[in-house]
Amino acid sequence: MKRTRHNRHQSTHHWSATLRRMLSPRTWLARHAQVALDSLGRLYRNPLATLMTAAVIGIALAMPACLYLLLNNMDRLSGAWDGQAGVSVFLKDTLPVAAAGKLASRVRGWPEVAEVTLVTPEQALEEFRQRSGFADVLDTLDENPLPAVLLVLPAPEQSDPQSAANLQNKLQALPETEQAQLDLQWVQRLTAMLALAQRGVLLISALLALAVLLVVGNTIRLEIQGRREEIVVTRLIGATDGFIRRPFLYSGTWYGVIGALLAWLLVETGFWLLASPVRQLADLYQSSFQLQTLPVLLLFGLLAGGILLGLLGSWIAVGRHLGTIEPG
Amino acid sequence: MLARDPGFRPATSIRATNDFMIRFDNVSKRYPGGFEALNNISLELEDGAMAFVTGHSGAGKSTLLKLIALIERTTRGQVHVNGQNVTSISRRRIPFIRRRIGFIFQDHNLLFDRTVFDNVALPLVIAGYRHQETGRRVRAALDKLGLLSKERMYPITLSGGEQQRVGIARAVVNKPLLLLADEPTGNLDPALSLEIMELFEQFNEVGVTVLIASHDTGLLDQLGYPVITLDHGRLAGAGQQSA
Ligand SMILES: Nc1ncnc2c1ncn2[C@@H]1O[C@H](COP(=O)(O)OP(=O)(O)O)[C@@H](O)[C@H]1O
Ligand SMILES: [Mg+2]
Repeated sequence: MKRTRHNRHQSTHHWSATLRRMLSPRTWLARHAQVALDSLGRLYRNPLATLMTAAVIGIALAMPACLYLLLNNMDRLSGAWDGQAGVSVFLKDTLPVAAAGKLASRVRGWPEVAEVTLVTPEQALEEFRQRSGFADVLDTLDENPLPAVLLVLPAPEQSDPQSAANLQNKLQALPETEQAQLDLQWVQRLTAMLALAQRGVLLISALLALAVLLVVGNTIRLEIQGRREEIVVTRLIGATDGFIRRPFLYSGTWYGVIGALLAWLLVETGFWLLASPVRQLADLYQSSFQLQTLPVLLLFGLLAGGILLGLLGSWIAVGRHLGTIEPG
Repeated sequence: MLARDPGFRPATSIRATNDFMIRFDNVSKRYPGGFEALNNISLELEDGAMAFVTGHSGAGKSTLLKLIALIERTTRGQVHVNGQNVTSISRRRIPFIRRRIGFIFQDHNLLFDRTVFDNVALPLVIAGYRHQETGRRVRAALDKLGLLSKERMYPITLSGGEQQRVGIARAVVNKPLLLLADEPTGNLDPALSLEIMELFEQFNEVGVTVLIASHDTGLLDQLGYPVITLDHGRLAGAGQQSA
């Protein structure tokens, strides 16, 4: 009987000590760090399988990231031209140069017009010769095929699409005009296309995210199957669901981190490869445009996406497969 | 008289459940297939006692131990462990009951991809012990079982008797109140079996309640502890085996 009392006293002491130990933040952190490192070690011992899963995540993250960045750059490009919408008025080629000059000053007097530039056929030809690289071909022509052009810029307060369209109609109605073309149109079309493309990127991203969840989920499922015996034994000696779940959730997280780093590498490499042709193209258009990748923001975005997908994928697998493994 | 004598008795009189490490009240266990492995079992095991469960193969010995460790759940009746009614305890709380029980299996259930040290440390890792404390306790347990020189080895390289001792070290490392052993000597020769039983006696002497399932009646006769005999899931007889 004495021994019994002693025993029970010991057991209460034992329990309060256990509780204190478990609630101590230092041991809590140390335990998580230990499990995280263990999980990383497991992945390191299976480099090929790990890289394959991480690569799927990497590619799935890199594709939407690339598309997004491209769209972002194109958006900047179209934004730069916004508000500079003008009307190009191609004059009839029967019109003498002097009459074209007079027409230019007349249109310059309109209240809705800010500026008019006259490009004579000779100037147009010269510019074309320099820019296009077709100088030799042009030299073989007997006659200048280019018409005189008026470049009409609307006044700033009249530069909205509707006013610009009205101006275009007014210019088209002039007897000297062959054709009045609104330069705004392609900007509007580009903007509309970009909006559509952004939707497309969202859709592709969602599909890729789903694929990543399936791949991570399947990888973790295999890992759980491989460690089935260990799960049963640890349950038998008092492991909680949380304890058993933890290494698999960390595995998923690591897949996400490695995948995000791979994706970042892919995106940066892709943009590095694109940068010099884009610069050449921009030079051709006398633009200072440069591709931008937003390195830090991109890295954080990819990491967040990777960790989220990895964790979610493993969470789903753990929820579906761990509950069925019970000792018995 | 009987009450002072730590040991097993059929539940005849109503007493405070606190005095018992294990108490079964009219417990039945029916497996999903419909087979009734235990039928209306009532028994009590005093705190600090050591006893055996015996019976033919399929009599329900393993089932009885599994009900105590909550590996299987009762179909009817009540099970108390260490004064606590665990009959319908929630799944979430089961791990904390199991941490106070050391379970020793016939096939040891060791993890073969880990060293002896890591196998024995597992219950302490689960309970969240500090690194140094874990090392200290694991070495103490290994020392007690004469395995200190094998701590870096893998279980596969050990003999059957050594593997069983590793299983025992893992069961006692967290200082459980109750030791359950299911055929712990099933694969061992008589000399080794007796050695293992002496180890259980030593743990019992420091206050651990011990319940061992075994069909080795020869060994039980030698030891002279209380014996619970099962026959097709029913209590066939109980009491002190003739010494
Ligand atoms: N998980 C199970 N499902 C169905 N029947 C089982 C299960 N486990 C054990 N049994 C049956 O219950 C009976 C008792 O089994 P057990 O407790 O293992 O007996 P013992 O350990 O005495 O040999 C046996 O007939 C066995 O076939
Ligand atoms: Mg059995």
